[in-house]
Order: sequence, then C-alpha cells, then structure tokens
Amino acid sequence: MAIPKILGTETEYGIIGRNDPDFDPISRTLLLINSYQCETPSPSLWDYTQESLRFDPQAMSFDDIYDVPDQLDPLSINKVLLNGARYYLDHAHPEYSTPECTAIRDLVCYEKAGDRILEYSRIAAEQVLTGGQQILLYKNNSDHKGNSYGYHENYLLDRNTPFRLIVEQFTPFIVSRQIFCGAGKVGAENGTAPTVYQISQRADFFETEVGLDTMVKRPLINTRDEPHASREKYRRLHVIIGDANMSEYALYLKLGATALVLAMIEDEFLPRTFTLRDPVATLKGVSRDLTCRKPVQLDDGSTISPIALQWEYWAAAERYCATFSVEPWGLDVLQKWAYVLYHLEQDPLSLARELDWVIKWRLLTSYMNRHGYDWDSAQVTMLDLQYHDIRRDKGLYYVLERSGKVERIVTDAEIDLAVDEPPGDTRAYLRGMCLKKFRQQVFSVNWDSLAFNLDEGNIRRIALDDPLQGTKAQVANAIEGATSAAELLATLSGT
Amino acid sequence: MMINIRNSRTRSGEMFEAIASEEHRSLTMVVGMATGDQKQARRSDAPQDTAEARPASNIKERGETLKEDLDRIIDEIDEVLEENAEEFVKNYVQRGGE
Repeated sequence: MAIPKILGTETEYGIIGRNDPDFDPISRTLLLINSYQCETPSPSLWDYTQESLRFDPQAMSFDDIYDVPDQLDPLSINKVLLNGARYYLDHAHPEYSTPECTAIRDLVCYEKAGDRILEYSRIAAEQVLTGGQQILLYKNNSDHKGNSYGYHENYLLDRNTPFRLIVEQFTPFIVSRQIFCGAGKVGAENGTAPTVYQISQRADFFETEVGLDTMVKRPLINTRDEPHASREKYRRLHVIIGDANMSEYALYLKLGATALVLAMIEDEFLPRTFTLRDPVATLKGVSRDLTCRKPVQLDDGSTISPIALQWEYWAAAERYCATFSVEPWGLDVLQKWAYVLYHLEQDPLSLARELDWVIKWRLLTSYMNRHGYDWDSAQVTMLDLQYHDIRRDKGLYYVLERSGKVERIVTDAEIDLAVDEPPGDTRAYLRGMCLKKFRQQVFSVNWDSLAFNLDEGNIRRIALDDPLQGTKAQVANAIEGATSAAELLATLSGT
Repeated sequence: MMINIRNSRTRSGEMFEAIASEEHRSLTMVVGMATGDQKQARRSDAPQDTAEARPASNIKERGETLKEDLDRIIDEIDEVLEENAEEFVKNYVQRGGE
C-alpha cells in the first residue's frame, strides 16, 4: 500500500523595484525577509548539516555533541516561520517553502499563506524605503525574456518504488497535466516555436527527460532526492515542471491529481503505460494547443489527445479509490478532476472560473477586444505579468477574486490562520510551536531537526526523521505543560 | 484554433444533456456529482449580483449580463494596470533561479 502522502511546495517569486535605479534583487530580498515579523527576536540558524540520526518515537534521540553549522551569515538569509515554513533567499529571488502537509486542502492554505507573508514583508519593507521606492513581487515563472524561476512540488514516496517505474508512468502524466494546471503565458521563449499564447509558463524551458539540474538543461523528471527524512524509508520526488498557480482550484487539482497518480505508481496499480515518442517536444506542443485535443505521438505509433491521456489516469484513479481506502481528499479530487476534463472536452473557455490559463486567456482577449490591442502590445504582456502580482489591491487575479469571478477552494480566514499556525498532522507542528513558545532557546532548525540552546554551550538536538512524528496529537500536551525547552525535552525523551 | 475557442463558448445548462462519447458514458454520475458541488459552491460563494447567481431568462440576456460584468472588470483593471506598460515590461528582467 502506498505510504501516506506527505507534501509541500516551494515558490520563487519574481522581484522588481520601482523608482529604484540601483535595484539589487539580493539586497531587496534580504530586506523583505528581515522585515517580516522582525518584532520577534532571535531568528534561528538553518541547520545545513546532513546528519541523519534515528528518531525513536518512544524515546526521542538527542545529539549532545553538536557543532555549529558552518554557513555564511545565516541569520539574514533564512527565516523559519511560526507556521513551520521556511522563507529565504534563493539565488536572486525570495523563496517560500511550505511546511509539510498531508491534506491537499491544507497545502493550498499554506501555499496561499506564503503569498500573504510575502505581501506583509513587502509592506513592512517599504516603511524603510525612501524616495517612493517600491518592491513588487510576482508569483509566476518567466520574465518573458528567456529567464525562468521555479515552482517546485515535493512528494515523499516509498523508497522501494523503482525509479524506472516513476520515469515511465509519471512522464506522460506531467507532460499532459498542464491542460488543467498551466498558468498561461503570452508568447514563446528560449528559442521555441513562436506562438501568441500558450498554456504553460514553464514548458519552453525543459530540454531533457531525466536529470539532476534545475537551472540549465531542465529535466521533465528531476532526480534530486533529499528526503529530509529517513533515506531508507522515503524518496523525495522533486517535481520541477509545474507552473506557480494563482487559482486555488488549479493548485488543488494539480497537487491532488499528482498525489493520486504517485500513489498508484507506488502500488504498481496503473494497468498499462503510455510511452510518449518525444516527451520534451510533446510538452511544448501540448502547451501550444489551446483545444487540448490535438493528438500526441506515442512510442507504439498510435496517438492520443492530452485530454484522453488524462482520462486514462483518471479512470485508473477512480478504480484505485474504489479498491483501496484512500485519503479523505481522494474522492473530492477525483470529482474535480472529472469536472475539469469533461469541460475541457466540451469547451475550454467554460473553465474561465477554474483554470489559470483559461481565466487569463479570457481576461486578455476581453481587454484586447475593448481597447483594440493585439498580442504584440506591451499592454497585453503587462496584463499577463500583473495577473501574478501578489498585491491584493493591484494584482489582476485578485481583482477577479474580489469580484467573485474565480472559483475558490479555501477561505481567507483559513489562509490567515495558516500564516501563523503550523499544520497539526506533521512534524511542522513541533517546529512551529517550539518557535512560538521557546523561540529564545531554539538554536537551529532544519526540516528534520530542531536544536535547543539550553544554557551556555549546552546544545541539544532532536532528530525528526519521520515527518509524521511531532504532530499535535503527539506533542501538544508536552508543549503546553512545559515552562522551558529543557522541560519539553525531558518530557519528550521520557526522562 | 484560437478562434474556435472564442466562438464555441458552451452555454451553461447544455453541458450535461449530451455525453461526449460512449466511453465517457459511465462518467456521467461522477461528473454530475462534481457539477452539483460546483454549482452549489458558486451559489454560496458568488456575490448575489453576479450573473452566476441569477437564473437568466434567456441566453441573450445572460450574454449581455456577462458582457456588462466583464466591462465593469475591465474598467477596474484600467484603474490598477501599471502605467508605461512598455517600459515596465522591458525592465522586468529576472535572474534565473531554482
């Protein structure tokens, strides 16, 4: 049986300055990060060490002899947040990694909370800027000039799943899933075939089928495998092919359908495999087919439309959900997936409330009709860009959301809660709650560890190899009853 | 290809009268369930004055309401859209990330 799905996403935001001739993305990103919740003292070290200590739920393991991680100015480039997320500088972009989640809907909340956190940072940072300087942030993946920045999904898989099987069975799925989770883009980049509008932001940037790189020669299937958990038990599948979504509906369906397909791959449930003749070219071709119907070539000489390919995965997932007791979100994902595929078949434009690429297409074409612009107009590219502006008063997605023009999955109140509260069902709970209650004593943090400075020079580190340890049910009483980190550690270790 | 999309807008209410093909006949129930949820969600989430919340007496009226609605949104977008789009777009250059 497939392991419980543990997932998270990483978003790199586009950043630009206004009235800022000397704009430097790195210093502005540092300003953003340091402006967020700066009233809370003592940001923690990010623990880059790779030790993998065993975690025994009966008696937590501790590492008393612990070297300070060697890193350059770690206080300013990493912030671990109260919701268990990580907020940091990645190359020349601000990046937000959600806490580990097990429910798809929760992950939608935590990813959306990231957009709010960046927005709060921006507002706080601008308090110290002068001369009308502003920082603008975009949740998209392209600058329309051949530069792409990433949006990555992470799914923990059973280590026993053969990687060959993942490559075979997952590739056709991720090549075709863009028909519901693409964010839409004006034009083409990176030397690819010209087009006025395409489904995906990222498709133009993928050049190989399998590989480790993320910045050059990007692969459809990325082999980076840092599970941040027990390496014997888990593989981390780092999915780099996706677009960052503004639409909650598209985001939810992307994560949910992908998690279901991965569970089927783990259980070797998929009845037959489709092998695409040229997956990289197909990715770009599907992105350029706004009907989602144009047949793609399979290795055996036959053809299939992207929608039909998705129906095949859907049909298998329906049988899978009927056969096994799947996670509670499984059936809801199945319904929305069917709803979307059915309507894509009937008329993609009927999904102008649900899917980013359709919402954006409708917005752009309506605007062009009103003002007489064509696809080459700077205004049209501006609309494309500003659709992803995370300011809730200026971003065009948020203009539509405010007017009730887009379908939602979660509420604003739930997103607000996810800004400051960790999820209760993973180790992110222990991480976030320790930062809330014992921040002064938290010495360093990583996804799979927490170290406390108990007194002068006495640093104790908890290894959290299992993402399902440290949940609210397991540790809430211990945290509530403890008046110091030392007490908490004593309770958790049973001493 | 794109013209097809623009011109083939499906009218709400007709979507489930015809099932696309035999192989998808078995999906009717699930799709119907999903659609039911969707419509319910729209009714409760959408502001009461939108076209989605009001049963249009005929297609023409509904089309006009949608157009008015969209016109209002475009007015709002005109107010918030960055000025000097050409320069803004030109200056939006990012270093690669990831």
